[in-house]
Amino acid sequence: MSLSELTRHILFLSTLLIASNANAEVMSANLGTPLTFAEIERFSISVYPDGENLPEGQGTAEEGKMLYRQRCAMCHGKSGTEGPSHRLAGSVGLFSIWDPLRIKRIMETNGLLVMSTGQQWPYATTVFDFVRRAMPHTAPKSLTSNQVYALTAYILYLNDLIIENEVISRINLPGVEMPAAKRFEEASRQE
Amino acid sequence: MKLSAQNYIAGGGLIDRRSLLSGSISFLAAGTIARVSSASEDSTTIADAYPAWSRTLGNSDSPYGRPSHREANVVRKLQLPAAPENSGSTAWLTPIESMHGAITPNGLHFGSHHFGVPDVDPATHELMIHGLVDKPLKFTVEHLLRYPMVSHIRFLECSGNTALNALAPFAGGESCQDLYGLVSCAEWVGVKVSDLLNEAGLKKQALWVIAEGADGGSHARSIPLSKMTDDAIIAFYQNGEKLRAEQGYPMRLLLPGWEGNTSVKYLHRLEISDRPAYTAHESGLYTEQLASGRIEGFSFPMDVKSVITHPSAGHVLDEKGFYEISGLAWSGYGSISSVEVSADEGKTWATASLHNPVNDKALTRFSIPWQWNGKSTILLSRATDDRGRSQPTRKFWKQKYTSPTFNHYNAIQPWHVDSSGRLTNVFI
Repeated sequence: MSLSELTRHILFLSTLLIASNANAEVMSANLGTPLTFAEIERFSISVYPDGENLPEGQGTAEEGKMLYRQRCAMCHGKSGTEGPSHRLAGSVGLFSIWDPLRIKRIMETNGLLVMSTGQQWPYATTVFDFVRRAMPHTAPKSLTSNQVYALTAYILYLNDLIIENEVISRINLPGVEMPAAKRFEEASRQE
Repeated sequence: MKLSAQNYIAGGGLIDRRSLLSGSISFLAAGTIARVSSASEDSTTIADAYPAWSRTLGNSDSPYGRPSHREANVVRKLQLPAAPENSGSTAWLTPIESMHGAITPNGLHFGSHHFGVPDVDPATHELMIHGLVDKPLKFTVEHLLRYPMVSHIRFLECSGNTALNALAPFAGGESCQDLYGLVSCAEWVGVKVSDLLNEAGLKKQALWVIAEGADGGSHARSIPLSKMTDDAIIAFYQNGEKLRAEQGYPMRLLLPGWEGNTSVKYLHRLEISDRPAYTAHESGLYTEQLASGRIEGFSFPMDVKSVITHPSAGHVLDEKGFYEISGLAWSGYGSISSVEVSADEGKTWATASLHNPVNDKALTRFSIPWQWNGKSTILLSRATDDRGRSQPTRKFWKQKYTSPTFNHYNAIQPWHVDSSGRLTNVFI
């Protein structure tokens, strides 16, 4: 390659570089619109295990009981163990290998339903989060914060994790210790 | 067909594909058809020789094409009806034993719905990005569609695919569709999540993203930020057309290779965080009970897996003789590097051909020629991916977990062929 050819190549390459730099600026679409604080507040419903983002309000299992019977029992059963939908209480899901009826229980049980919320979920805050966003199944998001606290309290009470007249709020909900917390681990196979 | 000993590469009748190509197997002529042409007369036409559809003007086409009415039985199958006892979950299984190639047509893509199928209006639907970002932003669908689009052919698999083999104490009369219908593969086109996160500007404490849908249950999953910036896209198109409502219209998250539940449909909100939120699904349904008594959560990648789809449970071989064994293999960790097939109950194995293109984290078709001798046997396939991961036996898989764990089942699938040609699911 002659010197003039080399110069030409370098010039050509630098033109390309300039062009691609210009492109990089054009490529950034920047079509997002700023979110206001009020908009964020309105949709910030994720509750964290340490209680971050729990709203004001409170409730007791005693208050939750009536609401549960009206809005929840038809799917989850009178005491949260009968179903037909997800079991909320009890350890029925963990079929012991010493259970003589283990095979029969496995065969008769819908695999989706065997584990109860009380046995499987590691944090009590998740109960509040899920009831508020997704329940009742046919009318999600229709409950007030006090109602959600009361139902959360009732589900915890069904699992013997709190007493019936304990007032549950953002202050003490994160402190309710779920049996699964000690057993829960993050999978190591995440690439 | 005449076969000599050197044409076989493994027991049970597996044939070296190259011997088919080189023509060293001779096919007998199927009998010559003698047609005596009679002296033509003026009153006869050629029509008599042709079927009805060759003698009439065809039907008109329609604005949106449909499968042939003669294929009306190739449809999805409802696994669990939408009833309270099924926790409101419905799952529609892809008929993979009736399909070929590696791409799933949109109408046959599996569907799994925990809160029904919402009717989202793209004119008012928005995506919010907030939390640990410099500039919280919202995007209209119209604006998102103006961003540079990327295209990926990727499988999507429900983490509960093949759950019956994990749960059931005995193998029964399940079909291939019943067992493997919760995996599909499509070309997904959309916007890179990283483009949008860059626009909002990530704060240095950002480690997780809580992705939330606009469905009735506001389905949410906590996703490590590294996946979001690696290969996550927000998909708008599936196999060339806008997403179906069942697949998240107008837009869904698509996390290649990860359990389907994390590819949040009707994507509405990305909350950037320094930790996971422990949403309901990542706390319960999408966890596994380990034999050690521990509960494993956030087990995202779908491991390497394969299944022979032709022939498979539900099929009946009409007669002994030549068949092509064909199936699908995939891995959430990468691409498929090899698939071995056994036609003699696992005694000997031969390497199957992989059909191009062999895409990363996509269904990959494999095949191998087979001469069935009419005797009872068991067919198996065993895939290995480019990370060197391979499939366990069912016994080995079960050792890791305790009942009622059913997610992430990827054991080697045995299909029993009886002497009448009927194929069934078996545990060995």
